[in-house]
Formats: sequence, C-alpha cells, structure tokens
Amino acid sequence: MNSLILSIGARFLTALFLLFSLFVLLRGHNSPGGGFIGGLIGAAGFVLYSFAAGVGAARSALRVDPRAIGVWGMALAVVAGLASALAALDPFTGLWLIVADLALSTVLVFDIGVYLAVFGAILTLVFTLEETL
Amino acid sequence: MTQHATTDAGRLYGYAASGLAALIFVAFAAMAPGVVGGQPVLADWPWAPSLNISLAFMLDGLSLIFGLLISGIGALIFLYATGYMGDHPRFGRFVLFLFAFMISMLGLVTARDLITLFLFWELTSITSYLLIGFDHDNPRARRNALQAMLITAGGGLALLAGFILMGAAAGGYDLARILAGQGLQGHPLYGPILVLVLLGAFTKSAQFPFHLWLPNAMAAPTPVSAFLHSATMVKAGVYLLARLHPALGGTPAWTVTLIAAGAVTAVLASVLAMRQSDLKQALAYTTLMALGMITMLLAGSHPYALTAAVTFLIVHSLYKASLFMVVGAIDHATGTREVAQLGGLGRAMPVTAVAAFLACASMAGLPPMIGWIGKELIYAGAATMAGAPLVIAAAVAANALVFAVAGVVTLRPFLGAPLRTPHPAHEAPWQMLAGPIILAACGLVAGLLAQPLLGAAIGSTLTGSLMQDRAAGLHLWAGFNAALVLSLLTFTIGVMLYVMRDRFAALVDPVLRRLPSFDNGWDRLLDAFRDLAAWQTRMLQTGRLTSYMLAVFAVTALALGATILHGRPVIAPELPRSAFLWLTVGFTAAGAVLALNTHSRIAAIAGIGTVGIGVAVIFIFAGAPDVATTQLMVETLSAVMFAIAALRLPGLVERRSRQRQLAHGAVAGAVGLCVTVMVLSVTASPLDRTITQYFEENSYALAHGLNIVNVVLVDFRAFDTFGELIVVLLASFGAYAVLKRKRGAGA
Repeated sequence: MNSLILSIGARFLTALFLLFSLFVLLRGHNSPGGGFIGGLIGAAGFVLYSFAAGVGAARSALRVDPRAIGVWGMALAVVAGLASALAALDPFTGLWLIVADLALSTVLVFDIGVYLAVFGAILTLVFTLEETL
Repeated sequence: MTQHATTDAGRLYGYAASGLAALIFVAFAAMAPGVVGGQPVLADWPWAPSLNISLAFMLDGLSLIFGLLISGIGALIFLYATGYMGDHPRFGRFVLFLFAFMISMLGLVTARDLITLFLFWELTSITSYLLIGFDHDNPRARRNALQAMLITAGGGLALLAGFILMGAAAGGYDLARILAGQGLQGHPLYGPILVLVLLGAFTKSAQFPFHLWLPNAMAAPTPVSAFLHSATMVKAGVYLLARLHPALGGTPAWTVTLIAAGAVTAVLASVLAMRQSDLKQALAYTTLMALGMITMLLAGSHPYALTAAVTFLIVHSLYKASLFMVVGAIDHATGTREVAQLGGLGRAMPVTAVAAFLACASMAGLPPMIGWIGKELIYAGAATMAGAPLVIAAAVAANALVFAVAGVVTLRPFLGAPLRTPHPAHEAPWQMLAGPIILAACGLVAGLLAQPLLGAAIGSTLTGSLMQDRAAGLHLWAGFNAALVLSLLTFTIGVMLYVMRDRFAALVDPVLRRLPSFDNGWDRLLDAFRDLAAWQTRMLQTGRLTSYMLAVFAVTALALGATILHGRPVIAPELPRSAFLWLTVGFTAAGAVLALNTHSRIAAIAGIGTVGIGVAVIFIFAGAPDVATTQLMVETLSAVMFAIAALRLPGLVERRSRQRQLAHGAVAGAVGLCVTVMVLSVTASPLDRTITQYFEENSYALAHGLNIVNVVLVDFRAFDTFGELIVVLLASFGAYAVLKRKRGAGA
C-alpha cells in the first residue's frame, strides 16, 4: 500500500502496539488484560506494519519465524504447567514466589507462553495469507 | 560394500531373534515341572484398576504347551528365515514384525485377564497383517493381508463384545476365577456370549465360512506361513475354544455348532487340498483341515475327545511347520512349488527329503510317529461324542484325504525321475535344514516316547485347564480296538485315493466349480462397501461451503426450536433504557443489513465488522472488559484476513434462485429467533452463582489475582487454556500448510 502517512505512522504505531501489548500482558492478573489479549494486540501491530511496509519487511523486523514463536510459546506453557511437578503438585498448579512487593509465579510464565503462542499463530496465518493470495 | 554390511546386519538380527526365542523356550521349559505338578505360574500388574482390568498372566498346562510350541518353533523359524531371506534388504524389519508377532502370541496364550487376552489377540491380527503384506509392492499381497486383517480383527471386535458380556456375567475379567466358577452355561447371557466368542474363534482359526483368508495368506513369505498359518496364529482360535471350554462348553448349542463348523471345514478343506497343484496351497488347506478337526473334537466333553484335541494340536504344529519349511526349501532351491514340475529331488536334497518323509509320515498318521497316536486318539475321542457316527465319518474322510495329500506332497517331488526345474536343485543351507529336520525328528521321538515326554503336560492340561478328572494315555499300541480298525480303514481309503487321484479329480472338480466362490464374494462385499462409502461421501461432502453451513445452521435451529417447544420457557423481556445502547444495537443491525445487501466484498466485510464491534461495545456495557477487548481484537484481525482474501476475489454476484434465497433466509431467521428466545429465557431465570462465587472468593486468596477472568484462564483452568492454545496453533499451521501446498500445486 503506497501511503506515506501509513508507512511513516506504522513504525511508531507498531512500536506502540507492542509496548501496549506487553503492558496488557503484565497487568492482566489484576486488571483487564492478559496473555491472550496481549498476543492479539501485539499481532495486530505487526499486521499493521506488514500492510505499510510489506510482509518481507515485517518478517525481517520480527527476525524470528512466527511459527517458531508459536511453538516456543506452547513449549513455555508446557514448562510452566509441569513446573509444579518439582513441588510434587498436580500439573498446571501455580507456584508463587513473592519477593518484597513483586509477585513472581509460574502462572505469569504460562501467560507469557499464551501471549507468544497466540502472537505466533496469528502472524503465521496473516503473513501466509498475504504471501500466497 | 554397503550392501554386504546391511546383509550381515540383517543376518545378525535373525540369529539374535532366534537366540531370544530359544531363551524363552528354555524359560518355559524350566517352569514346566512346577506347572505340570499343578502349580500354575501367576503374574499380575495393575492396568486400569477402576475398570477391574489388569495385565494378568497365568501359565498352566494349556498355556505351557502353547508357549513351548510357539517359542520353540519360533526359534527354528527365525533361523530358517535367516537362511531363506537373510539377504533381503528389509530383513531387519521382517525380523522385527515376526518377533512382535511371537510376543503377541505368547501374551495371548498366557493372558489371565480377558481384556489382556483381547489386547494380544488384536496384536496378533495387526502383526500378521504386516507379515502377510510384507511384500507390499505386490497388490495381491496387500489385498490378502487386508482380507486377513479385516476378517480376524472383525472377529476380534465380536470377541471383545463377548468378553465384556462374560465379564458382566461372571463379575470380573479374571479368567482363573471365571473358569473355577460355576461356568456360564446357565447364565441368561450365555447365548449372546457364545455367539460372539465363537465368531472370534472361528474367524481366527479360519473355520467355514470364514476360511477364505487362510489360503490367501500364503502370499506371505514362507517362514511366515510356516509359523503363523500352521503352528501359531490360526491356533489362537482353537486355544480360545479350549481355554473357555470349562466355562462355555458342554451345551447342545456349543456341541452342534463346533461339530458342524469343524466337520464341514475339515472335509471341505481336505478335498480342496487334494486339488491344489501348488505345494504351499496344498499345505494351507490341510492346515484348515487340522483346525476343523480340533474344533470338532473340542465339541466333546469326554476326556478322550479333549485329549485327542490337545494331542492333535501338538502333532499338527510339529509336522506342519516342518513341511512348510520343506516346501520353502524346495521353492528356494528349484524356483517352483508346482507339483507337476517337481520330481526326484531326493538325490539332490537328501536332508530335506528325510525331513519331508518324517513329517509326512506324521501327517499321514503312520506308526510310530506321534501322528499315529493323534489319529488313534481322534477315533477314540470321536466315539465318545454326541453324533458319533457323523463325527467318525468326517474324521475318517478328512484323515484319508490328508493321507493322500501327504503322498502327493512327498512321493512325487522327492521320488521318481528327476524333472527339469527352473533352477537346478541343490541342498538348502544349514539354517534352513535345522528347523524341518528337528521338528520332524520331534514327531518321531514324541511318537516313540509319547507317554513319558508328553503325558504329564497333556495330563495337567486336561485336569487343570480343561477341568477333566483324567486324561487318556498316549500309546503306540492300544490293543485291538475300534480305533485301530478305523485307522486301517483310513489307510486303505487313503491309498486308494492316492492311486486314483486323477479319477477323484474328475469326480470332484465339477462339484467344486459349482460351489460359490467365497473369495469373489468377499471382493464383491468390499466393493459394495466402497460404493456405499462413495455414495455417502457424495451426499454429505458436497465440497460447497454453503451446503455445510446450511446443514449446521438448520440442525442448530431444529435442536434449539425443539428444546424451546418442549421446555416452553417463560420470557419477560426487560428493555434497556440507555439510549446509547439502543444506538449501538441500531448500528449492529445496520451492519448486518449492509453485509446482506451489498455487492462489494469490502462493504460486506465492513458490515460484519460493524456487527462484531457492536457486540464488543455491548460487552463493555455488561461489565466484561476482557471479553470486549478480545472480541475487538479478534474482530479486527479477522476483518484483516477477510480483506486480504476478498481483494483477490471478484465482486459478490447472487447466483442463488429466489426459492433458495428464501430458504436460506428462513434458516437464518429461525436460528436468530431461537437464539434470542434462548438467551431471554436464560436471563429470565435466576443464575446459579455457585461457581462465580467460588472464583470471587478464591481468586485473590488462592491465585493472588484480582482479575477473575485472567485468573480463571491462566490458573484455575490453565489446562483448558493450554488445550485452546494447541487448537489455535494447529489451526494456524493447518491453514499455513494448505495455503503453501496450494501455491506449490498451482506453480
């Protein structure tokens, strides 16, 4: 698409989308948001970028094949789910480590896995559609 | 170089498998004294305790006899196969299949749990499928493998149903308890159980009318035929009949069915065996005869009949495995198995000839072979059975015919004038001689020392496994009795049949030609199934998205409509007062109307997008920001994807007829109406807040989160979320594969 406004704007918008998606991902446990929504927002950012600059540019900006991102997200979710085995708990039981005010947990790792899997799956689909159709 | 390396590796597999099988044989032999002494070996691992199923095994007399035969013959077969086809490029795979089969078979005959037995039963069907179809470039081999598997595995399904009924009737799947109990003969479920179990046993043991797969299974390499289709796999059916004899046997239904199926199979098969020109086919049909004979004897309930069945089983396994290996050696050396092309091989293949003569002597039932004792016992046993005259007549006819077949199989090929064969005949390598000669010698030794060698094992089978009070003795000389007279009669008829075999052929061939061909019937049956499947696929899978959608929505409307009409919910719609909400609803409806009426795809996508965003706004009103955000993002991304596709498609042109449009509209309207009524009726009744309350109370306390939706997603229901992730990824990768392939095909 040959729109000067779009191609200049997309760079900033994509960055903004990504930043916002991370924000949504991290705040998700206590406020509206989470990995699923975050992944969708992040993917939307790259979709916008691919419209403005082309799929090739979007792919190289992403650096990693979106399929690999999806699979890694899934792997992360599995690891987070099975980590509870270390504490002899049932699979997908959350483990919590609260350092001062900062709450770290396998639940967050799982949510990051969800983020990456959704992000990778959507981008795989959209990029392939753009390339093949 | 590489070729040699793989060949040598393949041979190593063969020797290793042979050694392992021999070790198993030794292990069984070591356990034999205890088992024969009346102490079965038991083993038990929990499998599915909640279903009362365990991986339980038991080694009693019957299992021991089978275990020794399977592992002992198995060891010799692996050795034989190494000589027969050790240079085959896929020999390693062959050894693996054959070993897997042997283990399945051993599991089958030692299983103590009915479900475990069924598991191994099906495993033997699957592994034998792989073995019969081993020569998979040959369509005939593939077809015959499939036929064998469909028949035996189909029977296996009936067997599973029978076992489940048995478990229900006996209160558990433990065979030992079922057999030690009262027996199921008086149980109300006895009829169905008997039918289903017999279906399983008859298909596996190739009893009439399921016999057709066995001769066709000769498409397998000869070591497979020697092992599976003589000594083991087909014996699984008779093993089952013997195993369940105490629980199911002795009733008129059992006796009549087994005698009828066994007698028809035995006589028909031995007539057909006489008429085969291919040595291997002739042997295949005599295997059918032996299976029929054992089935017929298992109809009886007298110790004599049952001793005869068990003894004949051993007799047959020994001579048949040996003879198959002999035929394989002839084929290997000369390049043909046609009787007419073979003659005078005795000089070139002396060891093979000795094995062949010994084995055939046992097959013909000549003294002092174990076959003679087996035949005497058959006549003694037949005399004790219901319908004795018929059973004796069938036994004499089948034995006399097999006597003649034994002549055809050995006298012609090994004696007489040498004939020119495709390859000049030469003696087989030692690996291929060990099996036939050892097994044939076993037939002789077992005959001479029958009672000391086999008496105890057969005795404990009869008294332990078959719950008889005694076993008949195994004697070469049992005095002047009816059995001896019948044996002499058999020999006389047998010799006459051999001498006048041409006239016999002229007599039976016209009759045989009139018989319907079961094999063609099978092909027609499969064709009919394929036609049915094709017709059904054409009906259901039109390939047009419209018809799929129509079916889905019509069924939805019907189901919802029926539910509503049945439940007659009370609806009290409470209209919202917010003007903004009404505006949103108006926009949403307008989007739907636009999508329906435009001719531009982009406009239609925008219309659908408006509907989606309108729904998202309504979610926000309802206090569900997470759902609303997700809806918004999904709506955005799907609009993008639709748009990418739509830009490449021509404009929307209405091709449907007026009636069709109205019909589609009616279905759509019905779905909309039903869903509306459904939602209104749900909101009209008070919500059950138990689950919501649980999450509200525990979200922060247990999961340290204030956003309940997210806590449910990543913690309480994390496993479900994980399942959804798999779905999302698979859908995306599936679309990726389809799109990439399409481009590849286009280019």
